Amino acid sequence: MIINHPLLGPRDSAEFTYLGDARLIDRPDWQSDTATAEFHDYGYLRDNPAGNHRELWFHEGGDRSWLVVTRNTVTHEIKSVELARDVARAQGRSK
Amino acid sequence: MNYSAFKILTQGLTGNKGWKPAWRDPKPKDSYDVVIVGGGGHGLSTAHYLAKTYGITNVAVLEKGWLGSGNIGRNTTIIRSNYMLPGNEPFYELSLKLWEGLEQDFNYNAMVSQRSILNLFHSDPQRDAFVRRANAMMLAGADAELADQQQLRRELPFLDFDNARFPIKGGLYQRRGGTVRHDAVAWGYARGADSHGVDIIQNCEVTGFEIENGVCIGVRSSKGSIRAKKVAVCVAGSSSRVMSLAGMRLPIESHVLQAFVTEGLKPTLPGVITFGAGHFYVSQSDKGGLVFGGDIDGYNTYAQRGNLPVVEDVAEGGMAIMPMIGRTRLLRSWGGVMDMSMDGSPFIDKTHIEGLYFNGGWCYGGFKATPASGYCYAHLLANDTPHPVATEMRLDRFKRGHIIDEKGQGNQPNLH
Repeated sequence: MIINHPLLGPRDSAEFTYLGDARLIDRPDWQSDTATAEFHDYGYLRDNPAGNHRELWFHEGGDRSWLVVTRNTVTHEIKSVELARDVARAQGRSK
Repeated sequence: MNYSAFKILTQGLTGNKGWKPAWRDPKPKDSYDVVIVGGGGHGLSTAHYLAKTYGITNVAVLEKGWLGSGNIGRNTTIIRSNYMLPGNEPFYELSLKLWEGLEQDFNYNAMVSQRSILNLFHSDPQRDAFVRRANAMMLAGADAELADQQQLRRELPFLDFDNARFPIKGGLYQRRGGTVRHDAVAWGYARGADSHGVDIIQNCEVTGFEIENGVCIGVRSSKGSIRAKKVAVCVAGSSSRVMSLAGMRLPIESHVLQAFVTEGLKPTLPGVITFGAGHFYVSQSDKGGLVFGGDIDGYNTYAQRGNLPVVEDVAEGGMAIMPMIGRTRLLRSWGGVMDMSMDGSPFIDKTHIEGLYFNGGWCYGGFKATPASGYCYAHLLANDTPHPVATEMRLDRFKRGHIIDEKGQGNQPNLH
């Protein structure tokens, strides 16, 4: 697979390590009353869809940026690649 | 029809006209006591033991494709029980014991061959870890034997003992491990289940569950609605897709594992050999091909094919322990989709929906577990209590903190 890095252009996926579902960006609030249940779901449960999947890839053998890659898990076709930083900021995760 | 040498002789003398199909091709009835979703190795084995051991024969197995079309026909056929943790090892040892009596049990030649499995170690700390594992295995009633370098030099002279980076210091044998002809396992269990009255329905895809007031009362399928007192899902590889039809999210990601086979060679490898410093395992099939594999590709996928970086990694693993493998030509490679669970261990459990049961999360260890998985699942379906060797394989173990993590990797499925 070739991942079209937003800053570096097309790169071999072997340069990256894979973390998993991009929903891992949405870390639960540890002060919430239901934090225990939320962290269980966050840590252990996955949608694992057949079809489009937004997922986190780390450019370990490159510029060490985190990417959100939207990829089809049936065909391996990559639809879009964003910097995870931009995605997180758009969700208000960082100042 | 009972298969025997005598039968082959009499059939041969009468023109082989008396053979009958090994199982029927029935239409689904309106209702069953148990409907098993998924006619892979585990589903068929569940049906066989439900009917034969637990006396529940009003059972249907629904299979989306044809028997043997899934992971039961895509694995590297290895059987072993060299696990360590108390939640796992007794289960896999039960499985190995069932393998040992399997062909007599279902009267079918599955070519169970206990040709041994050898895990190589490459350093002193790794030997210590393997000694600990061997002790854990023996505590659970399994066999284990430590071999030093001298012994291995005699037995397996082709290994690269003096490899500069990963010298081979010895290995952990399990002599009772080995290989089995995998598709014969599906056929044997199907025939066994069918002979006890189980309906095996192929080309029947489950499209939904009938759930009323929190109770599962049947399934919707491509061959109509089928009512059932109990619905047993057994579709490892597609678990998340199927259980999402019941609104459940699972502690599972789907990953692809590739396997490879070379051209046929004269007898070369006496048993199964695994590399201790990377991920590589190899055995030789009875047809002569070297059958080998390594790591999963490492990203979520439902495609039954992998990518080239892992092919290269597996080939490097092979070259590191037995350089002569470089002289053979690769004949075929393929991939199978598997449930990678959050701790690398499986599930055999009830769900929170009454009447709906779940078996899955087998990671890349499902084949060796086929008999015990079916046996324990049948026990659960018949008695509504887990079999004593499968009490830890619960869906809620992450909530309780009782994970079964053989490799100590944490909740990262692609590292197990």
